[in-house]
Amino acid sequence: MKSLNRRNFLKSGFAGGALAAFLGREKPAQAREFSGYTNKGTGVLVDLSRCVGCRSCEAACNREQNLPEPDVPFDDFSIFDMERHGGLKRRTSEGVFTVVNRYNPEELDHPLFRKFQCNHCEEPACLTSCFVNAYTKTPEGAVMYNPKVCVGCRNCMIACPFYVPAYSYSKAFNPIVEKCIMCYPTRLKFGKPPACVEACPTEALTFGSRVNVLKFAKERIRQHPDIFVDHVYGEKEVGGTAWLYISPVDFKKIGFDMNLGHEPIINYVKSFLATVPMVLTIWPALFAGFYRLANRKDGLEKEKNEGAREESQS
Amino acid sequence: MKRYTAKGKIPVASLTNEDGKTRYTIVNKLLLGLSIREYIIQALRNPMNWLLCAIFAVGFPMLIGRFFNGLGSVTHASYDYPWGLFLGVGLFAMVPMSASGFMLGTTVELFGRKDFKPIERLALLNGLLGYFFAVVFLLVDLGQPWRLVYPMFVSLGPAAVLFLVAWHVATYLSVQVVELVPAFSEWMGWVKPKVVVKSMILGLTVAGIILSTLHQGALGALFNYAPGKVHPLWYSAPFLWFHFLCSSIFAGLSMVIVVSTICKRTMAWRCDANFLDNLDEITFGLAKGCVMALSTYLIIKIIAIAHDSDWYYLLTGWGAWFLFELIIGTIIPLVLFTFGIKNRMAGLIRFTALITLFGIVLNRLNTSLFTFNWKLYQEIPHIKEVMITITLYAVFIVTYRFILYRLPILYTWQSSEKVKEEA
Repeated sequence: MKSLNRRNFLKSGFAGGALAAFLGREKPAQAREFSGYTNKGTGVLVDLSRCVGCRSCEAACNREQNLPEPDVPFDDFSIFDMERHGGLKRRTSEGVFTVVNRYNPEELDHPLFRKFQCNHCEEPACLTSCFVNAYTKTPEGAVMYNPKVCVGCRNCMIACPFYVPAYSYSKAFNPIVEKCIMCYPTRLKFGKPPACVEACPTEALTFGSRVNVLKFAKERIRQHPDIFVDHVYGEKEVGGTAWLYISPVDFKKIGFDMNLGHEPIINYVKSFLATVPMVLTIWPALFAGFYRLANRKDGLEKEKNEGAREESQS
Repeated sequence: MKRYTAKGKIPVASLTNEDGKTRYTIVNKLLLGLSIREYIIQALRNPMNWLLCAIFAVGFPMLIGRFFNGLGSVTHASYDYPWGLFLGVGLFAMVPMSASGFMLGTTVELFGRKDFKPIERLALLNGLLGYFFAVVFLLVDLGQPWRLVYPMFVSLGPAAVLFLVAWHVATYLSVQVVELVPAFSEWMGWVKPKVVVKSMILGLTVAGIILSTLHQGALGALFNYAPGKVHPLWYSAPFLWFHFLCSSIFAGLSMVIVVSTICKRTMAWRCDANFLDNLDEITFGLAKGCVMALSTYLIIKIIAIAHDSDWYYLLTGWGAWFLFELIIGTIIPLVLFTFGIKNRMAGLIRFTALITLFGIVLNRLNTSLFTFNWKLYQEIPHIKEVMITITLYAVFIVTYRFILYRLPILYTWQSSEKVKEEA
């Protein structure tokens, strides 16, 4: 072994130093965890204790988005008794981007109303499952959909944990996904709150940067521990959502799915995605090796025969 | 056709007439060496054709209706159930049953098991057609099928599992077309393409393995996106893709056993001695492959339950349904295959292969449809959805039969020796 003298030590030291300088400064541990796109993203807090079920938000949404005339007028409250397939409450659909449903939890002497629309996830499942990149998350926090590239595979509907994207099945030639876009093109882009927020007469909806809205929600729970359960729905669910909810009763009782977990949906897919490059790189060598092994006998025999032939010729 | 062969008519199996001088024309080849009259008579005599006609008469108007009135008019696809029978049967069940191409390609070309050669082309064709029709089913299901190439060229979303499926199915489809070029060029009387393909067969085979591993798995991984929707017994984030891959192995092999049985029964005139005499032995070999894949699958299924600690669900109604699937689709086939191999009962193995296929279809439908949204409500497919699915499957059978009748899949083309003799 070569001894390490001063000269060699310096040489390798310089070389190593130069290499390190070339490769750049040490980076902080790279983002393995995901905590939202930007802190600039906006959000809306829905205070369920304040909602009175007036459906003003539904009407405002309909106007703002130029949606078709509703089946039941917005001042008809018999709609709260309606049930759809499977005994489920009303949901968003093609032409309806937000709905309000009524619940009657036992511990309250009055009904609770819950607004439902796209929650604009921090790391949207629809976006990560789309194979034509039809979805984008704007810096303002809205999850947008581009109907011009959508093929109609409906994988986003499979992936969305909130069952939000609605497909226009009735259209034969240009069916698209329809969902709340947080009024991005007309309002959010210019820093204005979505139409539903502005229309709410009871201030059940609060618009602002997601960070502030979240602080505000926690503050409200802290100030009124007698009213609210200690949970901000959407703070951590499936990686966090732009729309946040606080409620006077257990979220489970008013139609929220409490089994979604805190991982963004894409995290369930990563283990498979990681195998892809491994298969692509390992399989060729592995199976070429198998081929060599399996056909080794043939090769040996051939060699032997050739050898024998050469011998007989000479 | 049986009657004609009994009368001494020999179906076209070479480039030239019996006298060895006049070359068969394309028309001769297409009509199997019969006159048009004879051909039509034999076609009308076949009861299967009447059944197919009846299916088409009902199904095609519905299929056309789907393209003019939208998916909503023929399916129960909803906001909660975006995927129905078209994908459940046509993609998720069809693709594993078409894994035969890469399985037998690997066995023969890579592992050098020449004893499986007589069935290799049938397995390749089964793979090619299965994939092709999976794409056809997909085209019927897509909202805007004319945008099928968008993920390839227009707007790419490479981080999505479906992106991988799209690219791999497309690439693998072309690999399988190339793998069947030899059969087609023999029939057409071309020499060069066959030589070219032969020189790259190892590369094609390895490409087939890579692409199959990934997209068979990817079809399972598509459901990784729905952790709260697929029932936990069928869902397992780390193992789902491997369940799909592993089960595709015995699904593909069982499909070859079943298809070869049908060929032997219904078109023995088209099979040559090389195929018929070796079939039983090959069937045993395929069954051995099934046993290995089935036992792996069974263990990895149990490991997935243990890993996610889903034991509790086995005691529920869904658990009973899960055990039913596992027993019918995995354990019973495992026992019957083993018994059949031990006692050399080819008939039993063929029957077991059929059960195995039932099991695999049930598994794919359970994952994509029956246990999907287990917390909401269960959806029953629209009657037109069922009819269109049957119709497309009938088209699949007609195409399959058309090719089997003509190309040298079940029999060996007789030109090569003659060409050599002449030269």
